[in-house]
Amino acid sequence: MALHCTNLSCQRNGRVIFENLNLIAKPGELVELRGHNGSGKSSLLRMIAGLVPSSSGEIKWLDQLDVAQNCHYIGHLDGLKAAQTVSENLQFWATLLGGENISAALKMFALEALSDQPVQILSAGQKRRTALAKLLCAKRELWLLDEPATALDQTSRQHLRIAMQTHLNEGGIIIMATHDDEAMKPHHTITLGAAV
Amino acid sequence: MKTMIFTLLRREMQLSVRQSGGAGAALSFILAFLVLIPLAIGPDLATLQRLAPGLMWLALLLAVLLTTERLFQPDYEDGSLDLMSLSTLPLELMCLVKALSHWLTVSLPLAIAAPFFGLLLAIDIVVVPQLLLAMVIGSLALSLLAGIGGAVTGGLRRGGVLVPLLILPLYVPVLIFGLAASQTTLTPSGSTSALLVLFAITLITLVVQPWASAAAVRAYFR
Repeated sequence: MALHCTNLSCQRNGRVIFENLNLIAKPGELVELRGHNGSGKSSLLRMIAGLVPSSSGEIKWLDQLDVAQNCHYIGHLDGLKAAQTVSENLQFWATLLGGENISAALKMFALEALSDQPVQILSAGQKRRTALAKLLCAKRELWLLDEPATALDQTSRQHLRIAMQTHLNEGGIIIMATHDDEAMKPHHTITLGAAV
Repeated sequence: MKTMIFTLLRREMQLSVRQSGGAGAALSFILAFLVLIPLAIGPDLATLQRLAPGLMWLALLLAVLLTTERLFQPDYEDGSLDLMSLSTLPLELMCLVKALSHWLTVSLPLAIAAPFFGLLLAIDIVVVPQLLLAMVIGSLALSLLAGIGGAVTGGLRRGGVLVPLLILPLYVPVLIFGLAASQTTLTPSGSTSALLVLFAITLITLVVQPWASAAAVRAYFR
């Protein structure tokens, strides 16, 4: 079980964001993506998730081309419905992404007391915790995290680190874009291209 | 897969009711529309009775059109569509479920209520069943077409402006044959061919909508 990205290129409106990027991530590894704003970190994560096509190159997971159904993707948008409660949101994503139980997710991100609260009354940090809790709602080996610690306080960052470390210990793979200097120590760091 | 479909359907219906008031807002619109008609065209009962089926179809169509933009837009805006595409449930099926949820929460209640609202326009009660049947069948086609329009315009800024331009031409056959099917009732000697054509249009839309909507969503990702 490993993720192989070979010769990936990304172009936006005719402008090359990055090209000939190679990435190999093995079980238990955290790969950190760094780079200036607009250097293509989010685009690379979306490419790996299959949300946008790459201009060239190949992404393979277990010798298959379809990574989407084996990964969790946490982007800038939370994917939460304001009119639903925390537990309704998580239960929906658990079912849709192939999981069952949300209690572990609620516990890990200290959301038990908020489980019956509608998302619309939550703070930005609480919403982010709810979004991150989706990672534990269904078992998937590959986590793609785009600046996951945004809006989190120190305690919640610690919860995130624990969740990530547990996932790595269980043989999972994490690819994370971050600007956070206090983030977990990665196994590999990829620094993406030029600033604009 | 069945569990996923029902979970998605339940959530879409729940959100439709909690966020947009479900059929309530559309019913208010249709009622206001029908109440204002006699004021606009006069109280002559014969005229109202003659125009009633067309006006009810028009009210249904406009009410459905009003809710089309919100069918996919919230999912584009909050990132839900990104996550849905990571599910094992095919995107085509998700798009179909969203359109069906729109039909169940908005179009179907309207289609059921509209013929009875038509009594306000002096429609003879004996023609209500056929009208009801035509509107129920036609409303499914309207919701499915709304599913295509919503998917195409949901990810666009000011996509709501495009919705009528994109959807209204597709609504024309439904309106024509829906109205013909309704008027067949008013003149019992007529055949049911219009109703069968309306049914055929609905079936064709049922086949086309999932692929067309899913293609629009995929195009948005690119």
